[in-house]
Amino acid sequence: MTHANAAHPLVEMRDIHVSFGGIKAVDHVSIDVYPGEVVGLLGHNGAGKSTLIKVLSGAYKRDAGEIFINGEKVEIHNPRDARAHNIETIYQTLALADNLDAASNLFLGREITNPLGFVNDDAMEAETRKIMGKLNPNFKKFADPVSALSGGQRQSVAIARAVYFDARILIMDEPTAALGPHETQMVADLIKQLKKAGIGIFLISHDIHDVLDLCDRASVMKNGKLVGTVNVDDVTDDDLLSMIILGKKPGEETITS
Amino acid sequence: MTETLKKFVAGLELDTRMLGMIGALVILWLSFNMFTDGRFITPRNIFNLSVQTASVAVMATGMVFVIVTRHIDLSVGSLLGLIGMLMGTLQVHILPQFLGLEHPLIWVITIVAGVAVGVIVGAAQGWVIGYLAVPSFIVTLGGLLMYRGAAWWVTTGQTVAPLDSNFRLLGGGAEGTLGEGLSWLVGIIATIAAVVMMVLSRRQKNSHGFKLKPLWAEFTLGGIVIALILGFVTVMNSYPLPKGAVRRIYEARGEEIPQFAVMHGIAIPVVIVFVIAIIMTIIARRTRFGRYVFATGGNPEAAELSGINTKLLTVKVFALMGALTAIAAVIASARLGSVGNDLGTLDELRVIAAAVIGGTALAGGIGTIYGALLGALIMQSLQSGMAMVGVDAPLQSIVVGFVLVLAVYLDIAYRRRAGQ
Ligand SMILES: Nc1ncnc2c1ncn2[C@@H]1O[C@H](COP(=O)(O)OP(=O)(O)O)[C@@H](O)[C@H]1O
Ligand SMILES: [Mg+2]
Repeated sequence: MTHANAAHPLVEMRDIHVSFGGIKAVDHVSIDVYPGEVVGLLGHNGAGKSTLIKVLSGAYKRDAGEIFINGEKVEIHNPRDARAHNIETIYQTLALADNLDAASNLFLGREITNPLGFVNDDAMEAETRKIMGKLNPNFKKFADPVSALSGGQRQSVAIARAVYFDARILIMDEPTAALGPHETQMVADLIKQLKKAGIGIFLISHDIHDVLDLCDRASVMKNGKLVGTVNVDDVTDDDLLSMIILGKKPGEETITS
Repeated sequence: MTETLKKFVAGLELDTRMLGMIGALVILWLSFNMFTDGRFITPRNIFNLSVQTASVAVMATGMVFVIVTRHIDLSVGSLLGLIGMLMGTLQVHILPQFLGLEHPLIWVITIVAGVAVGVIVGAAQGWVIGYLAVPSFIVTLGGLLMYRGAAWWVTTGQTVAPLDSNFRLLGGGAEGTLGEGLSWLVGIIATIAAVVMMVLSRRQKNSHGFKLKPLWAEFTLGGIVIALILGFVTVMNSYPLPKGAVRRIYEARGEEIPQFAVMHGIAIPVVIVFVIAIIMTIIARRTRFGRYVFATGGNPEAAELSGINTKLLTVKVFALMGALTAIAAVIASARLGSVGNDLGTLDELRVIAAAVIGGTALAGGIGTIYGALLGALIMQSLQSGMAMVGVDAPLQSIVVGFVLVLAVYLDIAYRRRAGQ
């Protein structure tokens, strides 16, 4: 296994619980990821995947549970805390300010400033051109607000923002949802490259084949609960499907009614 | 022919929306000039317009931030009244007891106190809006009632007068102008500053290897800017002071009364407006705070997820609005030379209209400082023009209301076409 030599997981979320009013969106779930590992997070819409990772990215408060980074307990109360631990997130909603251009979005909250403390738009645009040149060479609309971009272009801005700042832990919530096949392949290559660099990745996806291709392990959620975590090499796509739909780990008896 | 014109305009990379507003202003001025037999476009009237616009213009720059963050501030007119009343009482009834009448520190202390009150009241409103999540419409509607009531209480409704004479200079009367020489100096400094900024910006863009505007476009733009600055100074320097004022001013200085015509020059409140407009533009475009104001307006959730404390940001935006309201109160009360109980009444509507006509989107995220200034100028031109033409007051209100709705409709139609 890739993580055989690491003493601690890079991130461990232990016994996380989040409820909204009466709904238990995340019900005592534990997941972890090791350096250089990709862990897939699967489940139907409303299973609680986004809520779970938003606890890690500081967007939601948890009602119970603990988070460990390299074996040490950490407190993450807001997105700033998460960023301070080099946790970067590509949100399902992309979380872009539509009225601002790509560079302003990429650097939002972390602007490059000149010695007088004023934001340096030209420097930020230059950096944005560099990273977009690597991620999406077709991207040309640097002067337009991101509302003028296509879904794929917007997604590439969100991806660029997550990888620009030396992430150690990367959360990708359905990063290829708005992408065409060519761009999806580019994201797959990017994930492999980041994995090689030793980054730990949580990848939320609807596409079981993506998960089988890219992930080392997969955790499946249903109705806020963790069905189980499996090594991707040990399971077939049918096994994963039955975990998602029936909520059963492979090998467990299917109860017929 | 139209093709070359289109190319020419595109090369300048100007905001077409702003061009539309300038066009509207020009048409407005030309029509009023026609209907008043040439009395509208005169140095005298343009000077008066510039002074009358100042107070609303100052507040409109702050209202841009408020509306960009998806809020509204209905309390500015009443707050202006309250702060005006407090500053009037302080400089007329309180400070002279300690410092003596017309002490040179009176106006300074008064303004500092007024701005402090504005910041505190604004921050308090912002706190209720940001942290307690009461909608800004309600909080500031409450403020509108409370501050007007509080202003009455300060003097139980009595008018405070006469204001300190140094303080009154800030209102732009005959004495409250820069005079000819200083106006030219300011114009020349502004010209140099504009040229230096254009050169520096071009140089930085070049150093990053970005595509540059063609040189002819830079020169055209620079030429327009310089012409506007120096043209404005020329006009202000063509409006002579009345003979009585000249005698008064020179006698006060103990100098011989000149035989030639003495010109007004730029009014001090107009200088204040320009200084504030420059500062607010820098805040909007070049500071993190400004960037966060626009990001929060564009997508509050995204701003939060980027680590921006949007609640604290709301407090800051309203505190800034309060400070600007205090400065507007200085200008408004100094211009009148006294503070009555109705100072600032209905100003909230003028300020909001100026910002909105100036292209600030009520849905948030979009707005410019220069747009708000133009909006304030259009509003004031409309009102002064109608008064000069002799339109009845009730009809004036009807026209202003109609124009506001029309302007917002045109803006929405324009944005839909521009695909924004
Ligand atoms: N901010 C919120 N307020 C109320 N309910 C929420 C909120 N976010 C998520 N939920 C609820 O939590 C459950 C899990 O949602 P989510 O985490 O988005 O699922 P997934 O990402 O797996 O599709 C759903 O029932 C959803 O309606
Ligand atoms: Mg989701």
